[in-house]
Amino acid sequence: MTEQAVQPASRVTFVTRDESPPSERGWMPWRAKDRRRVNMGTSAIGDRVYKVAITLCAMAVPLLVVLIAVALSIAAWPAISEIGISLVTSSVWDVGAHKFGAAPALYGTVVSSAVALIIATPLAIGVAIFLSEFAPRWLRQPVAFLVDLLAAIPSVVYGLWGIFVLLPIMRENVMPFLRDDLHLGATPFFSGPAYGPSMLAAGVILAIMALPYISAVSREVLLAVPRSQREAALALGATRWEMIRDAVIPFARSGIVGGIILGLGRALGETMAVTMLIGNRPEISASLFAPGYTMASLIANEFSEATDDLHLSALMAVGAMLFAITLIVNGIARWLVWQVGRGGRV
Amino acid sequence: MRIIPGAVLLVALLACGKEQPRTSADSQLATSGGSVDLTGAGATFPYPLYSKWFSDYAAKTGVRINYQSIGSGGGIRQLSEETVDFGATDGPMSDEELKRAKGGPILHIPTVLGADAITYNLPGVASGLKLTPEVLADIFLGKITKWNDPRIATLNQGLRLPSTDLLVVHRSDGSGTTYIFTDYLTSVSAAWKAGPGRGKEVRWPVGLGAKGNEGVAGQIKQTPGSIGYVELAYANQNSLSVAAVRNSAGEFITPTVEAVTAAAAGAASRLPANTDYRISIVNAPGAGAYPISSFTWILVYQQQKDSVKGRKLVDFLNWALTEGEAQAAPLDYAPIPESMAANLKARIATIAVAPTR
Repeated sequence: MTEQAVQPASRVTFVTRDESPPSERGWMPWRAKDRRRVNMGTSAIGDRVYKVAITLCAMAVPLLVVLIAVALSIAAWPAISEIGISLVTSSVWDVGAHKFGAAPALYGTVVSSAVALIIATPLAIGVAIFLSEFAPRWLRQPVAFLVDLLAAIPSVVYGLWGIFVLLPIMRENVMPFLRDDLHLGATPFFSGPAYGPSMLAAGVILAIMALPYISAVSREVLLAVPRSQREAALALGATRWEMIRDAVIPFARSGIVGGIILGLGRALGETMAVTMLIGNRPEISASLFAPGYTMASLIANEFSEATDDLHLSALMAVGAMLFAITLIVNGIARWLVWQVGRGGRV
Repeated sequence: MRIIPGAVLLVALLACGKEQPRTSADSQLATSGGSVDLTGAGATFPYPLYSKWFSDYAAKTGVRINYQSIGSGGGIRQLSEETVDFGATDGPMSDEELKRAKGGPILHIPTVLGADAITYNLPGVASGLKLTPEVLADIFLGKITKWNDPRIATLNQGLRLPSTDLLVVHRSDGSGTTYIFTDYLTSVSAAWKAGPGRGKEVRWPVGLGAKGNEGVAGQIKQTPGSIGYVELAYANQNSLSVAAVRNSAGEFITPTVEAVTAAAAGAASRLPANTDYRISIVNAPGAGAYPISSFTWILVYQQQKDSVKGRKLVDFLNWALTEGEAQAAPLDYAPIPESMAANLKARIATIAVAPTR
């Protein structure tokens, strides 16, 4: 254990276990004990009120989650009972014909978030490692600030930027480069015409939006790795890179995974920027160049003009599905963090 | 009376948006904040005009109207639940929707007309593109995929059409703009009628979806070879390239306020006497009529339960159809033809206001 961990404990024992003769004792110990006894009577009610208050605050949040789940389920029930499993399996979303199959949206949500994480994770961890290990002090704060600032930009601004800056770059440079210069067009994932709005564009914008979350958490976790851990690695003859790889990252692993999950949460639920860039086409296509759809976009697009009861209910069902996916992903994440954390300490 | 700048009023309206509508008889002056006399909700398309109407009307009469442009669907829902005093929609309510309304029969009052412009991005062809209904339908059905398709080329002899792919851009969000466009395609194309049909959102055979007029316009501006539809006002204010569409009289008409009014006049001349005004005027007859035009409606209950509000609502509707109409054209909405406005006032007179208790 480190010194820091021991210090607070010794401070506690100093107050309670004073072994000097009574005459030499300062006024502090007995005075403190005395005050404690006096205060106990008057503060008990306050303590209890405080305890009840914070318990209520704490219970309010889970209650809210349960209420949301209940409300969503009730609103979604007509669609679930009428449409059944084809809500998840069918690819036909035709409001006029009363056909509601959200499979493309489900697929799009998962794939766009996966693309986002594949791009954002290495970048964000790289940023975090640079900032915590390599950046000179004068550079660390400004860069960290700017990266964090990415999280503060409203998503509609990302969407506008995406339409006017990202999409032209994707269409004229990135997509032709991937397809023709890297010959990835031969695979189904990067084939087809490059219009701009696509699953790939949505994934890129989500990556930019998720990046600050992953990097901020990772940076803090890396900075929290004890100095002794690094010094020990260096003392054993590790190079700087080996020290980071073998001593720092394993220590910070569970925190980094937590950061990635936070980023994933952002990507799964993001609506506005994705709606503006994904092309909103309810079809499942293997190619990342093809337009797609996400559950959040589907709801955002159709909710305000939905008059039909079954249509509304189907949108609620999509909302419930998104809610369930978020819960499942978070559950898996918790499990992962726990697993990784346990592995890290061994 | 002092005229309040629209922005100030808008802020004031937003500030008291959550407040329950007042039921007290005394109408507040527009200059005093905090009180709202009538509430409405619905279509976003006529919102720029409506917000000007409400601010002018408040300045003139002191009657304050809070309007939330939450979309036609939301407007219909809220009116059906009787949470607002009037609704507004770009597509008429269906019989089924009318049946569900809790407050009894609902009147459709057309207020102004709007139109969809066909906008495109074709390098070298900034203007002058002509399209027939059949070609337009086949483009949106995905049957015509190249700009130099012979069917487009024969219509546009003087233009240099490239061999690039056509990219269809449509609205992804449910909207009255889509309703007008699909209503038009349904009326001119049997294949469209049998396929996607009409609606505020349909299953598009081809193309990309973009959110809002600005999304469609942005996508088209960015992508050479693209074609889509936006509101007339939006196309005019952003100087987009628009195509001329052949109307039922055989003329190629570009969308203008005059051409839309002509469409309304053409349609109005054929209205049966007992119409409920839930009418489509796409592909309207008459010289100079632009074919992709439509009314936008304010929805009110025929039986007004609150006498004070009911009277205020009737007064406002009458004002809108006379003085209000004059403000439409500068904002790129076409006014209701005068003969029709007179008939509509007779219809407004049938609104029954409960006697004051």
